[in-house]
Amino acid sequence: MASLALATKHGLSAREYEAIAHALGREPNELELGLFSLNWSEHCSYKSSKRFLKKLPTQGKRVLQGPGENAGVLELENGWCVAFKVESHNHPSAIEPFNGAATGVGGIVRDILSMGAQPVAILDSLRFGELSDAPSRRLFEGVVSGIAHYGNCLGVPTVGGEVYFEEAYKDNCLVNAMCVGLLKKDELRKAIAHGVGNKLILAGASTGRDGIHGATFASEDLLGDSEKKRPNIQVGDPFMGKLLIEATLEAAKLPELIGLQDLGAGGLSTAPPEMAARGQVGLAINVEKVPLRAAGMTPYEIMLSESQERMVLCVESGAEQKFIEIYKKWGLEAEVIGEVIAEPVYRIQQGSKRVAEVPLDALVGGALEPDLTAHAPQASKISRKNSSKFDAKCDVRECLVALLRSPNIGSRRWIYQQYDHIVQSSTIINPGEGDAALLRIKGEKFGLAITMDGNGRHVFLNPYEGGKRVVCEAMHNLVAVGAEPIGITDNLNWANPTDPEVFWSFEQAIQGLCDAARALEIPFVSGNVSFYNQSETRKIYPTPVIGLVGFLKELAKRVPLGFQSATDLIYVIGKLDGKCAGSEFIKLFYPSDYLLDTDLELVDLAFEQKLMRALLSLTEKKLVCSAHDVSDGGLLVALTEMALQKNLGAQLKLRSQSEAVLFGEWPSRFVLSIALQNQSAFETMLRNSDIVFERIGHVADVPLLTMEGVSLPIAELREAHESALTQFL
Amino acid sequence: MRAAVIVLPGSNREQDTKYILRDLLNIETDLLWYKETNLSLYDLIVVPGGFAYGDYLRAGAIARFAPAVQVLGDYVVAKKGWVLGICNGFQILTEAGLLPGALARNEQKKFVCKRVKLRVENTETAFTQFFEPNEIVELPVAHAEGRYFDTPEAIAKLKRNQQILLTYVDENPNGSVGAIAGITNELRNVFGLMPHPEHNCETLLGSGAGLRFFQSLVHSREAVHG
Repeated sequence: MASLALATKHGLSAREYEAIAHALGREPNELELGLFSLNWSEHCSYKSSKRFLKKLPTQGKRVLQGPGENAGVLELENGWCVAFKVESHNHPSAIEPFNGAATGVGGIVRDILSMGAQPVAILDSLRFGELSDAPSRRLFEGVVSGIAHYGNCLGVPTVGGEVYFEEAYKDNCLVNAMCVGLLKKDELRKAIAHGVGNKLILAGASTGRDGIHGATFASEDLLGDSEKKRPNIQVGDPFMGKLLIEATLEAAKLPELIGLQDLGAGGLSTAPPEMAARGQVGLAINVEKVPLRAAGMTPYEIMLSESQERMVLCVESGAEQKFIEIYKKWGLEAEVIGEVIAEPVYRIQQGSKRVAEVPLDALVGGALEPDLTAHAPQASKISRKNSSKFDAKCDVRECLVALLRSPNIGSRRWIYQQYDHIVQSSTIINPGEGDAALLRIKGEKFGLAITMDGNGRHVFLNPYEGGKRVVCEAMHNLVAVGAEPIGITDNLNWANPTDPEVFWSFEQAIQGLCDAARALEIPFVSGNVSFYNQSETRKIYPTPVIGLVGFLKELAKRVPLGFQSATDLIYVIGKLDGKCAGSEFIKLFYPSDYLLDTDLELVDLAFEQKLMRALLSLTEKKLVCSAHDVSDGGLLVALTEMALQKNLGAQLKLRSQSEAVLFGEWPSRFVLSIALQNQSAFETMLRNSDIVFERIGHVADVPLLTMEGVSLPIAELREAHESALTQFL
Repeated sequence: MRAAVIVLPGSNREQDTKYILRDLLNIETDLLWYKETNLSLYDLIVVPGGFAYGDYLRAGAIARFAPAVQVLGDYVVAKKGWVLGICNGFQILTEAGLLPGALARNEQKKFVCKRVKLRVENTETAFTQFFEPNEIVELPVAHAEGRYFDTPEAIAKLKRNQQILLTYVDENPNGSVGAIAGITNELRNVFGLMPHPEHNCETLLGSGAGLRFFQSLVHSREAVHG
């Protein structure tokens, strides 16, 4: 029998140990402790976050599956549905960047597969320390090659993502991977088990000793001795992952399939019980039936292994052979390992010997909610400064070139060139070509736009406003290409929640996400929480990452990023004035102040809603030649990015050339170019929508960015933009 | 015309290629499981892109032993039809000895996915007859092992025989010798290329120029069989 000391080693508290013993009516044994430790880990149970997550809006007319499954599902048109989810693989990537990132991709792809959907796109949101720091460079290069290694082999295009480099992420890089899948409505599958006597099949790779206790590892701080956790990190095999996709999509078509789930964090300890809990049944499995890749594995090791590329299926009794044959055809393992029972317990047998039996209601959903407190940082820590003090005259050329060369702003080509973004022949807007990725569905007129966003710096400076901005900026990315936002998946990356200030920022930011999503009427349909992203000395910025999916009714009405032809008029629309706080400009030119100036511009959600509607009407009426939201780097960076696409120039006449106007990053702003003949229709529509606008110049044939006293060759700006990452690599 | 696209474990462009042949060109097209060895029904066999057998060991090194690939040699020698190897397919065809040379790891040691410019060096083949001599076309590449390599004598022979069908222009994305992007065999019935014509067959995805490689083959089939 186990002891409290053993429970502590499993990351369980005395209070939790007592609750387990109470639920069992006896002391747990070591395997049972292992089962509880994984199911009750923060990673699997969301015990610290779930009461806040409940606040998020999850309803909407397109929602077919909201939170609680392996992925959210929305209805599109003509029976088509989209399944999507984001998940983090932060801790493993910080220790072993290549395999950590690779298995992160593999895991999220299998989540989509579990819904019966064909994976059609991968996106990644990444955070590292500054690129001038050698260990951060090593992590960055390792993560990018890990994503490339796995995603490219799978034949799922990596179509977009985002990356920031900040000191705050030096000890804890963030690797959030999102997968998007397509399915027809009648193909939807769920992770459920029911029907006493029905069989449980384990399919895919064999089970080894890798990744034991991965979920527990993800639920504690990343301390200096974390290197010792290297054996906790799973190793991915993308070839096996590819075969598993093919076989599982074939298996998912059989009517005898009852439920389907991937084995991720916690392996056999967590996935089958979750399926049984959903179907309100019990499960009995026999570890001797599990195909193994290592000799002499104990029941404990088998149950806690996080070997990759495995799925578990619940199938009708009598049909098991049909499923097994499909997997065998693809050269994969598949064995019946157990069956559905009436008693609501998870029973583990080793042959005829019962090695564990735990009540499912306690195991799944019985985790004790920790008593966490939240309080705002003391006022002394926040010294409010007025950004207007930065409003001196600056050297436009010097500032713009420095911004374009910043790794947070310049070209991501070095990254996306390593990703296969063309496989499946459906990527209409490729990485680097727009604010959002755009996919087609062969034979359909409509398109699917996808973006990821999550500026942690803003959330650090003001968690509530920062939370609002994350949702709004993601929305801007979609409406800039002409797509209407329809659903969100979120990955909340935070430090240790037992720190009251950390927990306060969590509470605040969720309220921000929640208010913005309600105002814009976009439901959250899936998500993930990653706490404990801190070391002894450093906490990450609170970083909510949003994956937003949008619907574009007619692909033909998509809006490009780049200027199209000379003489087109250039407009700024939305909020025309604001401050510099939180901008990359402040970070580069006022490095000692940038984390002190918390005076972020507030996001007016009612205005954002109007702005979204106005943009969608303009693109619907084909009044816009090109569009770009003004975000990182501010107005001049946005204009440069539009000019770079087709090597055109812009002649500008600005009201003011202050730093705030040129480089401020306040929200609710777009740059648009409009054909001359559409000028009056365009202006009338904006007036009727109550959106302010300002004509700031026109597109020019000559590749020069000109304004009062300044004339910058696009070639020079391109050189700066292209070198942002490569100068360090 | 009837075409087959071989499906090896790890192939990932078989559906994209089938889509071009069947949906855009109305060609009867089968996905041919790698264990099949009867090729007699087909005028065209495509070995598609992907990572057959995970590219473990070396791209194409294991795939060449797949039953469907093993029988390609007889199919070619007997001039039963055309064989097209795209990307991983090209790698497999060189490993199988159906095309000369080898495809080594890219010079910059990284996977590269981008659009490149190519020159059509020989338009007098069944695969390229729909192009103008020296025409420049844009196609995407997506590979980690695409650096064409062979001895100077062998390269000279390829040139002499006009077996080089495609070369990279302006920028050589992988360091291929002689900027070689695609070659044919001496019999002119096998074509291997690293770029992906199947990803540029519609104006929604680019210029659409890739379609002409496939149209060339349809035309060739009609010329042979009337």
